[in-house]
Amino acid sequence: MSKLDSKIPEGKLEEKWEKYKSTVALVNPANKRSLEVIVVGSGLAGASAAASLAEMGYKVKCFCFQDSARRAHSIAAQGGINAAKNYQNDGDSTYRLFYDTVKGGDYRAREANVYRLASVSANIIDQCVAQGVPLAREYGGMLSNRSFGGTQVQRTFYAAGQTGQQLLLGAYSALQRQVGLGTVEMLPRHEMLDVVTIEGKARGVIARDLITGKLERHFGHAVLLCTGGYGNVFYLSTNAMGANVTAAWKAHKKGAFFGNPCFTQIHPTCIPVSGDHQSKLTLMSESLRNDGRIWVPKKQGDTRKANEIPEEERDYYLERRYPAFGNLVPRDVASRAAKERCDAGYGVGNSKMAVYLDFKAAIARYGHTHAIKLGTNNPTAEQLKKFGKEVVEEKYGNLFEMYEQITGENPYELPMRIYPAVHYTMGGLWVDYNLMTTVPGLYALGEANFSDHGANRLGASALMQGLADGYFVIPYTLGAYLSKEISVKAIPTTHEAFVEAEKSAQAIIDKLFAIKGTKSVDHFHKALGKIMWNKCGMARNANGLKEAIQEIRTLREEFWKDVRVTGSANEFNPELEKAGRVADFLELGELMCMDALNRNESCGGHFREESQTEDGEAKRDDANYSYVAAWENKGNNNYELHKEELVFDVVHPSQRSYK
Amino acid sequence: MSGNMNLTLKVWRQKNDKATGNLVTYPVKDISPDMSFLEMFDVLNEQLITKGEEPIAFDHDCREGICGMCSMFINGQPHGPKRGVTTCQLHMRSFKDGDTIVVEPWRAAAFPVIKDLTVDRSAFDRIISKGGFISVNTGNAQDANNIPIPKPDADAAFNAAACIGCGACVATCKNSSAMLFVSAKISQLALLPQGQVERISRAKNMVAQMDEEGFGNCTNTGACEVECPKGISLENIARMNREFFAANIKE
Repeated sequence: MSKLDSKIPEGKLEEKWEKYKSTVALVNPANKRSLEVIVVGSGLAGASAAASLAEMGYKVKCFCFQDSARRAHSIAAQGGINAAKNYQNDGDSTYRLFYDTVKGGDYRAREANVYRLASVSANIIDQCVAQGVPLAREYGGMLSNRSFGGTQVQRTFYAAGQTGQQLLLGAYSALQRQVGLGTVEMLPRHEMLDVVTIEGKARGVIARDLITGKLERHFGHAVLLCTGGYGNVFYLSTNAMGANVTAAWKAHKKGAFFGNPCFTQIHPTCIPVSGDHQSKLTLMSESLRNDGRIWVPKKQGDTRKANEIPEEERDYYLERRYPAFGNLVPRDVASRAAKERCDAGYGVGNSKMAVYLDFKAAIARYGHTHAIKLGTNNPTAEQLKKFGKEVVEEKYGNLFEMYEQITGENPYELPMRIYPAVHYTMGGLWVDYNLMTTVPGLYALGEANFSDHGANRLGASALMQGLADGYFVIPYTLGAYLSKEISVKAIPTTHEAFVEAEKSAQAIIDKLFAIKGTKSVDHFHKALGKIMWNKCGMARNANGLKEAIQEIRTLREEFWKDVRVTGSANEFNPELEKAGRVADFLELGELMCMDALNRNESCGGHFREESQTEDGEAKRDDANYSYVAAWENKGNNNYELHKEELVFDVVHPSQRSYK
Repeated sequence: MSGNMNLTLKVWRQKNDKATGNLVTYPVKDISPDMSFLEMFDVLNEQLITKGEEPIAFDHDCREGICGMCSMFINGQPHGPKRGVTTCQLHMRSFKDGDTIVVEPWRAAAFPVIKDLTVDRSAFDRIISKGGFISVNTGNAQDANNIPIPKPDADAAFNAAACIGCGACVATCKNSSAMLFVSAKISQLALLPQGQVERISRAKNMVAQMDEEGFGNCTNTGACEVECPKGISLENIARMNREFFAANIKE
């Protein structure tokens, strides 16, 4: 018998959330004042939740490890945010957004959650605009939309290539307003090191003041983890350097199940690794695939420069393999195809682990149309190139500039070199319909939970989910729990549960310093990243995963024997912060491999080589794997699998094809 | 590898906010021109750790020029010699083999040093909490297209909103003025219809907090605009002055 109860309300799909909102228990304003809520993380989910809950009257404490709430990595999102507004009159609706998201997730998400996400999406845009978020507009003063991957309507709202920044600054301004009003206590440069549970309920956290190094105890009637994803387990990813799994992992060790840990999104168009020094990877927006053509030389190990390779010796492999979708196949398919070519010896660049994204054809095409528009008769080749470049610059100028900044190459003259990189994690803490984990009073929002994207997230949906959870879901669902907690007085942090939790956090710190080994934290992080990337990355198989589990265990042992953490505990010490995070990644990595090994099917971003069609495409196994894998931590790196069956009442799973 | 560089770094080391700091010289070898400036620091820190010394503390996070956390003052310029980039986007190909590079933290009374190259910029958050917002609770909003905004206004508001709050403007200013930062937020909201209701109190309260934090005044040298990695325009300061002036008259 499974312990998992998703608490999905009864009734028709489109009525569940409305009915829930009308019937959920409420907390009266006087009682809200004495209820304390802890929010860990200040990204889109955390900042929006902290601000909204404070506006409602709760006493909120919000923590982030950066120097300001505004730095959270939501800020780096480029493309946009989806919302079913149907401003373009192109047939969009809540149902279509719901359907696209479930299908895009390769039928591994919960229908009820996704429907709710789609139905609050329009409110998000209203809220952000009211806050003064400068989303792109048309000349008539109305909001502008663009298309994004995996959909046939224009429902993506954006602010140039800085949508995440603008939305986060909107949520941050709402949060700072509450800080100014004294309803939120903001604790930047604080890292959560443990969840405190009393009689089975989350009642607070242990946090380290990163400047003084002091451990602090904080009580809360409920604890919300809005701590983002764990893509940095791969060392190299598009995540910020500080992004980590520690808060979620500590919660996991305190009883919160971890859902679908192996579901990782690998984004096809990133600037490739240039050497061993590389610390992170930079995304080139998906929108570039609208105009860029992806190719490699037809000859293995071709050492000629890109421009010296004649047209007939180029292999536009996406167009060859997927004539119907061409360069616009979904992220998972494009990523795997690039890897396949490079592994077969056709890769380009110094590392041979890259493919070309070429704008030559687009420049030529736009040059011609622009010449017609200008009425230029018989334009010279030079003119055509100039016109074409101008059009491309207007569309993608900032991205081309960023590319040149990093690589030192001019992408107007030479094709871009790109390669897939880890970008987002669909997996995360298992939550029910209320966003509550398996620990009562402990919630997970945004990328930190597993809930809405199944096995593959669609572009422009991460911002939507983070803000939906924070602005429009948790303000309702938290009341369902806190309405039963009104008689609970704030528990003094001298309670033994706080003392014990602080002791165990201190013990980990002491243990790290006591090792006095010879290798840096980064050394271990890089080694872990290599194992994960090679054996639990874009393609996975049973043998590789079994090896990876062994290798990670060995590496973890070595870490606890030989890591060198410099400095001391009672000061600002970034090396100590990293060491704690890498220690947790070394445990999570093993669980991800176990989950990937267990799921002997391919779905979305999870590709098991054993489960593919004759022509090498991902093959789902609905009969055996139509469930959420929720892992319980039994201590000492032992885990028990619980399954939440996925029921599709409305959308019928089918095999995806892009040929 | 050919093309790699040997450099001499002079880096500010300071144990904590109370200690006295000084420049310490470190040679670094075999630096690839493809490295970012921060990756070069990763290499140096790895060397220091191997030698059993304490690595240099510096702020950084996204490493793609948008979070605003990195903050090195390189050869007398915030974010180094290249225009329009943050330190994380500055690449070593901007330097030559044999160069000596001096790296200091942001220098401003309102940005006290925490350790080495890390400073405390929480003054910026306190300024925002005094008025850098529109007071609209979650759930208050009307339909987004009920507020038409002329595209030029929306674009101008967006340009002001592109500020990443890194503090380069303060660091480069001889008066340690935060006016470019404060004016960017005041401008963004003053340009939008949603921002009109609180226009007066916003200008007054944010400027008052800016003064209280100990930032200096603006004497129109314009260094802030030059050094701003996001190209925030000096026009914003003129707009802020108008807003502040008007607010005082209207009171």
